[in-house]
Formats: sequence, structure tokens, C-alpha cells
Amino acid sequence: METIQTDVAIIGAGGAGLRAAIALAETDPKLRIALISKVYPMRSHTCAAEGGAAGVIKPDDSFDIHFDDTVGGGDWLSDQDCVEYFVHEAPKELLQLEHWGCPWNREPDGSVAVRPFGGMKKKRTWFAADKSGFHILHTLFQTSLQFDSIKRYDEYFALDLLVDAGRCQGLTAMDMRSGQLRQFHARAVIIAGGGAGRMFPFTTNGAIKTGDGMAMAYRAGAPLKDMEFVQYHPTGLPNTGSLLTEACRGEGGILVNKHGRRYLQDYGMGPETPVGQPQLKTMELGPRDRVSQAYWHELQKGNTVTTPWGECVLLDMRHLGTKKINERLPLVRELAESYLGVDIVKDPVPIRPVVHYMMGGISTNTQAATPLPGLFAAGECACVSLNGANRLGSNSLVELLVFGRRAALSAIEHIEKTPAANTAALEACADQTQQRIRALFSRTAGTESVAGLRKEMMTTMEEHAGIYRTEAGLQAAVARIHELRERYRRVVLTDRTNVYNTDLFQTLELGSMLDCAEAVTVGALARKESRGAHQRLDFPERDDKNFLRHTMVYHQGADAPRIDYLDVVITRSQPGIRDYSGGHQ
Amino acid sequence: MKERLIRLEVFRYNPDTDTEGHYQHYEVSCLEEWVVLDALNKVKETLDPTLNFRWSCHMAVCGSCGMMINGEPRLACHTFLRNYPGTIRVEPLVHFPVERDLVTAPDDFMEKLKRVKPWIIRKDKQPIEQGEYRQTPKELLRFRQYAMCINCTLCYAACPEYGLTRHFIGPAALALAHRYNQDSRDQGRDERQEVVATKEGVWECTFVGACSEVCPVHVDPASALQQMKIASSFDWIKEHLLPGGGK
Amino acid sequence: MSRKPLIREVPPTTWYFRHPRYLRYMSREITSLFVGAYCVLLVCGLGALADGKESYEAFLLALQSPLSIAFHVAAFIAALYHATTWFNATQVAMPIQIGENFVPGSWISGAHYVVWALLSVVVILLAGVF
Repeated sequence: METIQTDVAIIGAGGAGLRAAIALAETDPKLRIALISKVYPMRSHTCAAEGGAAGVIKPDDSFDIHFDDTVGGGDWLSDQDCVEYFVHEAPKELLQLEHWGCPWNREPDGSVAVRPFGGMKKKRTWFAADKSGFHILHTLFQTSLQFDSIKRYDEYFALDLLVDAGRCQGLTAMDMRSGQLRQFHARAVIIAGGGAGRMFPFTTNGAIKTGDGMAMAYRAGAPLKDMEFVQYHPTGLPNTGSLLTEACRGEGGILVNKHGRRYLQDYGMGPETPVGQPQLKTMELGPRDRVSQAYWHELQKGNTVTTPWGECVLLDMRHLGTKKINERLPLVRELAESYLGVDIVKDPVPIRPVVHYMMGGISTNTQAATPLPGLFAAGECACVSLNGANRLGSNSLVELLVFGRRAALSAIEHIEKTPAANTAALEACADQTQQRIRALFSRTAGTESVAGLRKEMMTTMEEHAGIYRTEAGLQAAVARIHELRERYRRVVLTDRTNVYNTDLFQTLELGSMLDCAEAVTVGALARKESRGAHQRLDFPERDDKNFLRHTMVYHQGADAPRIDYLDVVITRSQPGIRDYSGGHQ
Repeated sequence: MKERLIRLEVFRYNPDTDTEGHYQHYEVSCLEEWVVLDALNKVKETLDPTLNFRWSCHMAVCGSCGMMINGEPRLACHTFLRNYPGTIRVEPLVHFPVERDLVTAPDDFMEKLKRVKPWIIRKDKQPIEQGEYRQTPKELLRFRQYAMCINCTLCYAACPEYGLTRHFIGPAALALAHRYNQDSRDQGRDERQEVVATKEGVWECTFVGACSEVCPVHVDPASALQQMKIASSFDWIKEHLLPGGGK
Repeated sequence: MSRKPLIREVPPTTWYFRHPRYLRYMSREITSLFVGAYCVLLVCGLGALADGKESYEAFLLALQSPLSIAFHVAAFIAALYHATTWFNATQVAMPIQIGENFVPGSWISGAHYVVWALLSVVVILLAGVF
């Protein structure tokens, strides 16, 4: 197996991975940086983010308000030292991106424009029409091209971390085009591999979001934190699951049920605000968890609209007018038109909540360091505990930048004090990957198919780990996922060739998703309270006495995982009431 | 919802066993509202796990699923079955080497993209602490269209010039050079001209216009290239015909 | 086994049969041959004029042959096709921004047609047709 020597290996070349790579290259031009991704950087799912990125920039705003919005939005499960660091770094990172060429929308005077977003008390979301993530990703990718020290390994599928002497010192990966295995020996590793929304059948997430980074860290002994918190975005297209950005509501779109009632007022987000005059932190500008949960209640009451694609509510943007829609929501118009045949200028569009984001992930601290020395993580794959139990829209694009950079700086600090590697030990470690892949290729006796197991996993997650959960459902889910993990060991490849074997990659991805699904379900079963995106019908109240703490799930091989807890860091905001009534409650 | 039996004719190539490509036929029942990518995924899930193609976002923004569909370069996730009454022929993007089945190697494009220096070049860098570079909505609109490129490389498959003369930098990369040239924050046009205003650059373009016709996000690379030709011509006139080189 | 990328060569002489849009492009390119040939003809006419009256009258007589008339009709059609496709392309090559908005492409092409019509009138007047 060929060995590639590098200083820092980054797994994932989306927003966080690219930001980390640039920070490394800028800080120390002599560093050798390996940027490894299973897709070309511009295919990374950051490109699908639409609405924008939050950072305090306008005179009527303050770091404290952004802090309070984020902590309250996260139902007090955020680590407040982390939020404090984040809100201060956010505008610097967004300005940095502006200097690198990101085409932010502007005010007439040439300053950056901001738009309202759900759960935010001030307008602070920077945006590039409704393609903000796309522009952030391409700006970062194109900026990264000027650094020769960033050596890209495009279409390399990362497999396992190399851990020796209690430190992470590299990884194994497969060159997807040749099928050859490579080992990267690195003094530090940063995982920026994205989320795992593909565990669910109905998601805004692209096909590549299969939790490979999370699972890799998990298998190597790093804990996954708060995995039970899965965000549903309230407005997805009912057939493809494509995202219609929260900016639809930020710009003034309203949600109505089949009676034409703006039903959010019935779920603590009223009183009703005038149509076309969105009021911050009220009605349609409530947080995502609450708005998605309201859909579920409307469904129970029979207030949803029956469409060929299932039960929906309606997102009405007609009153915004053609000009504003074309200027600020062109992608939304295009998506609804081409995939659903609805012109949002003329008709309300049927929508339903759809799995969007993992608040949980690889446990990291504010320095983006995992408990495993030498391993850092940033972006959706990490849980730095910024988002708590529910992420506010437009915080995640900034999170990529702030903690992508932070991971790079921490990695540099780490490698300065790292002793020399024991090459033989790392090679022995890499051999285990080789044996695992060989075993998969040589397995012939088996009846399980990837597509079959994947479907069962998705159905299980949808049925029992969705917007509302119960003890019985979660117990069934835990048992089912455990069973699927066992059956996964009997999956047989149909394709045994080397070059670009997507049968193999989908098999590996399924393995990652099953690991993540296990952490989600055991975490959800153990958390006997309702908080943010984790709602239990049998425990409808938040329980700060027992559960104001993070769930930590540790991999135990084939056995059930071990669960531990970690206290939430609280500095100045004690848990309180999440008020999205415009101050009327 | 209406279902229909879709007949696909898919290009197959496996370097382990083949020296040439060949076509394989599949028949799958699909919903009328589906896209070609959905049909391919159904083939992979239910008929043939060995069929290989790239895809991710399913919303025409990641640029992964570019392929030839009935001879036209298209994104499979944005090509609707309802527009294809007969057999659908699916092939890998032309003008790129085929690694396997519908998977091509975009290395040449990636190398050329880097050569046009698609990043902000400043002679006087302003510190972050001093805030943003001011840019009016008008200045933003001068380049935003060209910043929409998703790097799907459909334009390279459409461009006959690129097919014939591989040294041509090509539509998408040159359009991105134009995107930065047009950006009021950028000061790097002179540097880019060394690549752009050459026989490998805009002067290799003969304005067939196919790139703009196939662009799924309406970047209009042909427009960018013609504008750069005009600007480069003015540069030449200034340098050679005006006293003092137009300085 | 490992990588063995398949290179599909583009046929260097028949590539334009691959797609109707390439044929349209080639047909436009071919019109420039007629435009070029007509320029050569004009130069010959000038040469004949310089050689004296007799030579010029012989040149004019030759123009009246059926072959010459056929050539003129063909060159005229080719020039028309070339000019209109060129005018239609101008909106792509030179977008004009006034305020925040871009001038509609049809205006830019339209302006070319208007100037063309005006120039034609001037030429006809100079030629003394009216």
C-alpha cells in the first residue's frame, strides 16, 4: 500500500474542509496539506445551502443578541463559551469571505445587505440571493487554488483513521478511480465530512451525506455527541425533498393549512402578523423545530392538504411579487416550477418538513478538538455544541468557517508538540483496513443487498426517530438498527471490480449510516425529555434537572454502544422560556 | 400519479473487461414526473448494481450528474422524463476520458480552471478590520451571472473547439476569468490576460455558441468570451496604435 | 486491474455532422466564402476601372452573364444570412448596463438593424436610384 506523508490531512473538501485548508496554508506556507474528499470540492453539499450566513454587522445588532438567539434557539443545550467565541468570530469570517470575492447581496451604498431569518431577533443573515452556500463553497474552492501547498486528493474515499500511541496520526483511503488503497501518515487529522441526513428517506441532503466522517471517528474511539437531535426543515418539496430556503419566510412568505389559516398562531408563535410584514422571532419566523412540529400537529388534526405527494401545508409567497421573488428567491422559483410544476408567483406551493441537519456529531470543544488527540473536526460532522438542541437557520454556514479555521489553528498547535511517528505501527494499523476491504470483496456467501438494508434503515428512522418519538418506537428502532448492523456483515458485493465501483462505495456508506443511526436511536431512547428537535410524546416537557447535558455515545464494536453524559457549559444564560410570540407571552 | 415503462440505452465501459464501450438496455417503470437520474437510480437499485454514475444534490447545483442524454450534454437530475417519449440514450460526457460507464475524468478542466487564477487579486489588500470592500448592487450585477457556474463541464462537452483542440482553456474556466475581471474588488486582469488573451484562451473560441445553449444555470459563457475578445482587442489598439501605448 | 481511461477521439473532418447546431454554425462560416468572393470581385472591378474605359465596360458586360447573376443572388443571400446572424449575436457580445439593469438584447440587435437600414438608404441615394 502506497504511503503518503503529510503534515495535516483533511477529510472532506466542503466549506469547513476548504476553510481549514486555506487557514493552514496561510498560517504556515511550509505545511504539507492533504485535502481528501470522495467528491470534487465543488460537489460538496455546502453548495446546496440557500438562505445565508449570520454575523453581527449592522449598528442595531450586538454580539449579545446573537448569543441569546442562538442559546435560546438551541433550547439551552449549546455550550455558551462556544457560542460566545462563535458570535465574535462570525463577522470576521464573513468579511474574510467578502474579501475573497463572495458575491454577497448589497445595500445601495455598497455595504453588505442582511435579511431576516427564523429565530433571530435582528436582521443579520448575509446572503447571496438564494444560493449563499453555493457561492461560499465556490469562493472558498477558487481561493484555495492559489495555494500550492494544498494538495488535493479528489475522489479518494476515506476509510479508517490510523491511531497509535493514543493519537490520531493519519488515515487510509481508497483512490476511487483505481481502487487502490493509500495510507496517509499525518501529524494531525481534521474531519470535515458533513452530516448523515441520508439515514432518512426524505431529506434535503445530497446522496453523499452518509456520515462517513462521523462514523470513522466513532469507530476510532471518539464519541458522538447529541446525535438524537435531527433537524427537520419545515419547508421541503414533497416529492424530491429539495429545500425551499427559510428565506422564503424571511422575505415574507406565509404558511397556511387547508382552511387558509396561518396555523402557526395556534402553536405559541402568534399572534398573527400582517401578511407581507414579517416580524422577527414570530409566526413564520419562529425556529425550525417549532415550525416543523406545528406541521405534525396539523397533520394529526386533519388540517393538511392532500396532494399526490402526500399530506402537505402550503407556503404562500404570491404577495411578494415577481420582482422580489426573481431578485431574492430565483432558485426557489426554479425548483418549485421544474420539480413540482408550481409557479410561486401565481400559486402557493405545497411543502412538508424534511430532514435537513444533524445538530449532533463528533464531540469537539471550542478549539475544534475531539477527545482523541490529533483528531479535529468541524462543520456538520462535528458537534462543537453551538447549535444545542436546534440550530438556527444561517448559523451553520458560519460555523463551517469559524470552526474550519479554528480546527486548522488547533492542528498547528498540536503538531508543534507531536513526537515522531512509529511508522511500523501505523502500517500495521493500515493493514487492518486492507483486510476489511479484502474480506468484503471475497465474501460470497450472503443474502443481504445494500439497497434492501438501506431501505429498511430509512423506514425505521422515518417511522420511529422522526419529529415526534416514543419509548416503544425508539426501542423498536434500536433493536432494528442493531439487527441491520448484524445483517450488514452479510452484505455481498455484486460488483467486484476496482475502477469507480459505486456498489462498493454505497456499501461502505451504508456501514457509516448504520453506525450513525445507532447513535441517533440509542441517544434518543435514553433522553427522556423533550428539547428542541428531540420531542418525546411520552416526556413532553424539558427536564433540566436530568437532561441539561450532552449525550455522548461510544462505539463498542458489534455490541451496543456505551452512553455517557457531559455537562452543558453555562456562562451567563440560565435555561428559560423560548418565546416566539413577539413578546406577547 | 402516472407511471410509464422507460427504456434506457446506457453506455457501459469497464476497463477490467472492455476495450470499447457498448450499450446496455434497461426497462424500468418510472413516475412521469421523474428525472433521468431517478430512472438510473432505480436501475441501480433494482436491476443492476454494477451501473456507475455520479450524483448528489438532485437540484442542479452540485454539477455531478452531467451526461449525454440523447446526444445533448445535460444534468440527469434536471432532465425530465416527460420530455422524452421514446428510448432514452445515456452516455458519458463527450470530450472527456471515460473512467467507467458514465463516469468521466474532469482533470483537464480542473487544471485549466486553476490557470485562469479564479480568485480575487489585490495590489492593495484592505485589512478585515476595516470592513467590507464597498460594492454597489450595480457592480455586483456586472459579474454575478458569471459567478453562477457550477463547474458541471457540460459546456466542454458541447464545445466543438475543445473537442478538436485540447489546449483550449474552454468556456467555463474563461467565463470564471471574466467573472473576476468584472468584479469591482479585483485588480488581477493583467495577470489573467497572460492566459486569457492567447491562442489557448479566448482567441481559440470561434463563437459556435453551443456552451451557452447547454448551460443549465444560464451563465452564458459565450457572452463572457466575446466580451473578453472585444476588451483584448481594445488593449491591442491602445498598445499599438495610440501614442505612448495608450498609457 | 486498474485504470484504463477510454479516449473517444473527435472525427477531425466530420465533427459538424454530430449535432444540428454544429451544422448551423458551419453553414454560417461558409457564407463568409461568398462575402470574400464578392470582395475579390469588387477589387477586380476597381482594377478594370483603373485600366480604362474599355476594360471597365468589358467588366460590366461580364457581370450580366447568367453565371454572374446566379453568383450575385447566392452572394446576396449569404451576406443577408451572415449579417442577420451577426446582428443577433451582438446582444451576446456587448451587453450594456444602464443603472442596475441590462438593456434588453433585442434593443441592441434592433439598433444594428436600424443602422443597417439607414446606411442602405444612404447608399441607394448615393447610387442615384431615386
